[in-house]
Amino acid sequence: MTDAKGDDGRLLRVHVMRYNPQDANSTPHLETFEIREAAGMTLYVALTEIRETLDASVNFDFVCRAGICGSCGMMINGQPGLACRTLTASLPKDITLLPLPVFELISDLSVNTGKWMRGMAERLETWAHGVDKDVDVDKLEERMEPELAQEIYELERCIECGCCVAACGTAHMREDFVGAVGMNKMARFRLDPRDDRSDADLYELVGNDEGVFGCLTLLGCVDVCPKDLPLAGQIAFLRRRMLKEAL
Amino acid sequence: MDVIYTDVLVIGGGLAGLRAGIGARRRGHDVLVLSLVPEKRSHSAAAQGGMQASLGNAFKGEGDDEDVHFRDTVRGSDWGADQEVVRMFVNTAPKAIRELAAWGVPWNRVERGPRDVIINGERVTLEEKDAAHGLIDARDFGGTKKWRTCYVADGTGHSMLYTMSDQALAESIPVHDRVEAISLIHADGVCHGAIVRDLVTGKLRAYVARATCIATGGFGRIYRISTNAVINQGTGAAIALETGVAELGNMEAVQFHPTGIFPAGILVTEGCRGDGGLLLDGNEHRFMPDYEPEKKELASRDVVSRRMEEHIAAGHGASTRFGEHLWLDIRLLGREHIETKLREVKEICQYFLGVDPAEELVPVRPAQHYSMGGIRTDHRGESPQLKGLFSVGEAACWDMHGFNRLGGNSVAETVVAGMLVGEFIADFCDDRNTHTNLSSAVVADALSNAEQRLKDIAAGGGTENAFAVIADMQNIMTGKVGIFRDGEELEAAVAALEDIHRRSLAIGLSSQARGANPELDAAYRAQMMSKLALCVAAGALQRTESRGAHFRRDYPRRNDRDWLSRTLARWPGRDAERPELRYEALDVKRMELPPGWRGYGERNHIEHPDVDERETAVEQLAAGIEDRHERQASLMPYENLLPERYRGPNERLDRGYS
Repeated sequence: MTDAKGDDGRLLRVHVMRYNPQDANSTPHLETFEIREAAGMTLYVALTEIRETLDASVNFDFVCRAGICGSCGMMINGQPGLACRTLTASLPKDITLLPLPVFELISDLSVNTGKWMRGMAERLETWAHGVDKDVDVDKLEERMEPELAQEIYELERCIECGCCVAACGTAHMREDFVGAVGMNKMARFRLDPRDDRSDADLYELVGNDEGVFGCLTLLGCVDVCPKDLPLAGQIAFLRRRMLKEAL
Repeated sequence: MDVIYTDVLVIGGGLAGLRAGIGARRRGHDVLVLSLVPEKRSHSAAAQGGMQASLGNAFKGEGDDEDVHFRDTVRGSDWGADQEVVRMFVNTAPKAIRELAAWGVPWNRVERGPRDVIINGERVTLEEKDAAHGLIDARDFGGTKKWRTCYVADGTGHSMLYTMSDQALAESIPVHDRVEAISLIHADGVCHGAIVRDLVTGKLRAYVARATCIATGGFGRIYRISTNAVINQGTGAAIALETGVAELGNMEAVQFHPTGIFPAGILVTEGCRGDGGLLLDGNEHRFMPDYEPEKKELASRDVVSRRMEEHIAAGHGASTRFGEHLWLDIRLLGREHIETKLREVKEICQYFLGVDPAEELVPVRPAQHYSMGGIRTDHRGESPQLKGLFSVGEAACWDMHGFNRLGGNSVAETVVAGMLVGEFIADFCDDRNTHTNLSSAVVADALSNAEQRLKDIAAGGGTENAFAVIADMQNIMTGKVGIFRDGEELEAAVAALEDIHRRSLAIGLSSQARGANPELDAAYRAQMMSKLALCVAAGALQRTESRGAHFRRDYPRRNDRDWLSRTLARWPGRDAERPELRYEALDVKRMELPPGWRGYGERNHIEHPDVDERETAVEQLAAGIEDRHERQASLMPYENLLPERYRGPNERLDRGYS
């Protein structure tokens, strides 16, 4: 079989950051767990084994464990990534796992990306504006060019995992920076004819240092995006449109 | 006492719960949604292949309508479904998809002109009509007569969930995430909300509501090998069961999806086969036409999964150190198709298997996938036993899937049921007779009972390990209550699960961590899941026939004479060791489509004595009625069951509203 190209049986040393803000006695530190590598082992499998056999109190987040829900972003040997689809075989035997920076820490590897993303969505109002609430759903739907539908989906594939934010220089300095995830969403709604907001409306939302003008074009986001979204082009394009609005 | 009051408490932030919440909110009620995880991470996001709605825009969907969708769904259910509910569903599905199209879902659209597709292993060129250009497209799926599954590449659920969740945000519906409802507040047959545990701080809080709606999805994680997300542990269904009042329906009806990647069990969509992919055995022979000459790879999921396991058992699997599997071949679809319409599949193969599916075969084997069973509700989504308790989506047994759900009908159910039940919940809240004076003692009791349960686990001196108890339960379910079942194994399973349940009550903790405590989560979930597992196994043991996904080697025929019924399970008391089962008969004399052969699978069922009479009656009633809506109404009127705003007929290309 063609899966699991890993060499079975290495002894992995997994160094996990431990810190529980709910516990006054807890201080941040790395704790090392040793586990035997198995064929096809992912970090989901490894961390689950650690919790179930070595230390039941380790906190981390997995939901789909298939790379589509965006729950398990963490720093994997210094790089933000999705733990569920990272094979241990792709890593050295010493694996250091830290929570994503920027986001509020819940405990150990668990961070509150949900709260951050909801805040961003509220500020940018990431829904189609001007939709008729009493749209006649019995009638034939509005037409859309097939190509446009695909272009929108291309940007909609974002899973809000937070890796782009963790890898972003500006997000580390500016608390309200909307990140590549926010700008990508604005680009998505800009494309969508069902959203009647104009560039002038978008300018109010992202035509500032918390939006497109805060981006330093370091493009860490592009390097780490697990969905390979075309972030560089979208950010540059959005910035040009917003500059035009400003003039 | 920490108490939050709202009109409508929705438990579960996936598609079904959010849509029900939006409906009630738009009718002027306060809605609050609880979610285990940030709502956009709900398992709805994992639905890949599409949503069934009989729009009939694409060439291969022409001639489709509610009638065809109705028959496909009832046949798929192996006549286990409630046909009135199926009618409500098929009439609302086109509305649901059009609403989502207006809200922003980028459905793939029909492109006019020649279209290359793969059908039965051959490249064929179809011609899409000019008039259909830009309307919503559809792909082929199992068990359907028409191409009816509308899609957004293979990220359909993701797109739908993001749009729905953003709409809920636009409606200012608050979502409290990282919380779990661990019991229902109820008294005298009325539900008043839930006791909820904050998974970050560990604190308990009471949420008191006029109407409570459970939308927590399925319980796939009672099995070891499942395509389900790790959060699909069924605690929503379990807290309903633990009331001792509400009943669960058809828990033994558990679906196994043909194409979980092997050995991890991660799903690759039915769209792979719908778009022309093939199943091959260890010798790379295409075996499905040997078993199912009509539908081949696209028979219903229960049938394909059984044929696959049968073929492996006959020694035709491919062997690895993890065991036996078969192959999914989508190479013939071509790289461009895979990289646009099946890109999540491509990523999954690449990351988890190191396989490029445009060049290589994908190892697959059936894996637990869907729970047809759940909280039994009436057509309004309300529990017949516990007033004010509603349920929607996979968590519910509404019952449009019977004993087997068709692919593409689950995400469709989530939004359709959300639309309809959201209205019924609003009606319920509008009704002054449902205003009750809730005594605060009821809430206080519920809270202290929940507190006591957690204390018993944390400080009760138990010696069992929560994770080990869950793992043992999962092994029993996958080993003995899987695709092929028989009396002897099921008896052993029930006995073993009773032991698991006893052990779950003796779980202790190794860690007394403050706040987030995954071991404590696992401990009470083990108690809940073992009860659900017992409902599944006991239901399977007692049902001495084969229907849909429930297959008994010792009773291989569908037996309409004795088993045309819905299983209802109740947990008779806090100290009970097993569920109580009873059966609710399905009335052949009221069916629009009386039981017969499905058109695929074995043709050997035992007939119900009323079938001939009903078939004659159906023929006579329908005779001479030209208009299909009138004909339908003469057989089984259902329109009066729908909320008024969703009763209208659906427009179609070249057909108007006919």
